[in-house]
Amino acid sequence: MMVPGQGILKGLAETARNFFGSYVSPERLVTVQYPEERLASKEAARNFPFLVFDGDDWQQGLRCVACQICEKECPPKCITIIKDTVRKPDYVGKLQFQPQRFDIDISVCMSCQICVEVCPFDAIKMDTEFELSTADRFDQLRLRKHQLAKSNHYYQRIHPVESAEVDGRLGAEKAKAEAKARK
Amino acid sequence: MESLEQIKLWIEGAVPDARIEIVANPGPAAQHSLLVGLDQAVPVARFLLEDSRLRLDYASNVTGVDWPETMLKEKRKVKQTIDGVEREIEETSEHVRPGYLEVVYHLYSMALKQGPVILRLRTRDRTASARVPSLTPVWRGAEFQEREVFDLFGVLFDGHPDLRRILMWDGFRDFPMRKDYTPTPEVEPVPAPIP
Amino acid sequence: MSLQPFQVIPRLGSEGEPLDGEQLEISMGPQHPSTHGVFRMDLVLDGERVIRLKPVFGYLHRNHEKIGENMTYLGSMPYTDRLDYFCSLTNNWAYALAVEKLAGIQVPERAEYLRVITAELTRLQNHLSLAGFLLQDMGASGTPLMYAFRQREKILDLFESLTGARMMCNYMRFGGCRCDVPDGWLDQARLVVEEFPRFLDEFQALLDENEILMSRTQGVGVLSSALAVNAGVTGPMLRASGVNYDLRKVDHYGIYDRFSFQVPLGDHGDVYDRYMVRVLEMRESLKILESALRTLPPGPVLDPKTKLRGFRPKPGEAYGRIEAPKGELGFYLISDGSPNPYRYRVRPPSFINLTILEDLCLGHQVADVVVILGSVDIVLGEVDR
Repeated sequence: MMVPGQGILKGLAETARNFFGSYVSPERLVTVQYPEERLASKEAARNFPFLVFDGDDWQQGLRCVACQICEKECPPKCITIIKDTVRKPDYVGKLQFQPQRFDIDISVCMSCQICVEVCPFDAIKMDTEFELSTADRFDQLRLRKHQLAKSNHYYQRIHPVESAEVDGRLGAEKAKAEAKARK
Repeated sequence: MESLEQIKLWIEGAVPDARIEIVANPGPAAQHSLLVGLDQAVPVARFLLEDSRLRLDYASNVTGVDWPETMLKEKRKVKQTIDGVEREIEETSEHVRPGYLEVVYHLYSMALKQGPVILRLRTRDRTASARVPSLTPVWRGAEFQEREVFDLFGVLFDGHPDLRRILMWDGFRDFPMRKDYTPTPEVEPVPAPIP
Repeated sequence: MSLQPFQVIPRLGSEGEPLDGEQLEISMGPQHPSTHGVFRMDLVLDGERVIRLKPVFGYLHRNHEKIGENMTYLGSMPYTDRLDYFCSLTNNWAYALAVEKLAGIQVPERAEYLRVITAELTRLQNHLSLAGFLLQDMGASGTPLMYAFRQREKILDLFESLTGARMMCNYMRFGGCRCDVPDGWLDQARLVVEEFPRFLDEFQALLDENEILMSRTQGVGVLSSALAVNAGVTGPMLRASGVNYDLRKVDHYGIYDRFSFQVPLGDHGDVYDRYMVRVLEMRESLKILESALRTLPPGPVLDPKTKLRGFRPKPGEAYGRIEAPKGELGFYLISDGSPNPYRYRVRPPSFINLTILEDLCLGHQVADVVVILGSVDIVLGEVDR
């Protein structure tokens, strides 16, 4: 017999099952009480870019050689680079250019990761930090070189799989250059 | 799906005054198109819709393209007699190709699951009176897209039921997608210098 | 009527004839919780019944096509994410397909499988959002929406582990996909796909026989198949009117020929049919996903010869289209041999599906207009570009 309102009653039974079930099974209670609880960030997650430096001195160890490829390829043109006249040695000892100014305007950046893909020196990688709010709408949203430079240990912490691959490749190149220098 | 030459013969058989030309498409995609003369465009479209072998009942895409006036260079090999010896020299000639606006229609058939047949309609020039007959009475799906081509390129469609701006606001002047469009400061603010 | 280029058309109701004293002219939107974005409808009402309806949009126009002309081909890929911002992976695939047609690039097999997997996951999460928002518009404030979103979060988590972002994925490249799946992703994906049918059973038990849903959607906004075909409507809206036209079966793009799935069709073309067609499409997508995850072959995901920088396709033009969750999404590209396209055009399904909005709403009441608009499934990022 068709009870009038039968469909609605069936729906209410579903709702009751979800409601009482949320006391019993964790898959029905999915709310994460942020900021007290946080979800673990994924390996591949990306937010804004940052510059990687090796070692302890961020100015000496900065991998960026100011080739300006990321500036050209960036779709919304949020990167500004000015080459420095002073050169510095890189991790194999060759003298390379360095950026005097490296600004990323994060109000323009759309975290598309194209700068990371085209960088030939593994100098710019994606960060995962998203709690970046400031009270100034203009100047503080333009990250300068000293704010962007973060150490390789930080990179290994946030992207373990990716940094292991990069370190392996750069270490192999360094070993090859040292072997050639010794000959 | 029949070849474009066969379709051209069918159209010319059904609509006698139609001027059809095949525009070849270089490159790997090989999607050649038919350039249709403006005065018989609506009868040609109706034939394409109703013919039982084609049944092109679905206008998938209506695009506007801006071709401004350009200088075209052509290289030709010419035989010339110099000092009594006949030689072949390359001659470059330049001529001005006048500018025009183009409307491209991609037509498919839902009934017979075939396609695409690509039509092109070209205006005479790029002035404020660039007119083209509207194909909205044949395919209703072209209604909003033709309005968009009018809004962004400035092509006037004769016979369109409701031709007005669709994406830009009503008082906007000028046509943004043309190649020679420069935005005024009120539309696109000049960025502040970097500190 | 012929127009001077800058003539402003007079308002509705006063087009030549004076507004009848009984009629009410209102503008619904652009700020309205049920207009699915900044979308405005100018309605002329006789009491509660709709006599005229004119959609007005352009509030989100970001000159995407002009940006495309000034950007390299690769640089436009992140912008295609933002067209239909729910389904960024299918937008990426449509653009990559058009460029691959233009330049004649082949795609390795593993990349094709990954494309199908991500596209079907996108279809699932889009139809979940639609079901949730449609019910939200009808007044079931929150419950079906949150159930649908609880499931959708699992799919977005999968996207984040694969591509790095939940919404703006930027995953396809010309010649394959950007990167391969990380460890454990396939098992996670299989888990999500395996428990989905149980969730769909619960969701359908919640809603399908609900009397309020049925009386508000059956017989409302009926679209005849002849009008749908002539107006260029595509996607689930077209199939709910009974026309069997699914690009996955018609165009044979990608490797969809290897998967067996059916195309659900509706009989009446009303809102209820559009909702049910989408729910049934979710079940068919699950079949494709289960088969693709099982038969994924090893190999490269990107053609090693693809160039990221300095990509210059030969002069020519191409139109590539796919079955996006909302309809037929096509990209028309004209290349003149330079790194930037000469003409870059997006064929947006939501924009063209809105052509018949007036025809669907005539004679119905204002509350029905909300439900009909919800069933058309528009996203303003795509309508306005």
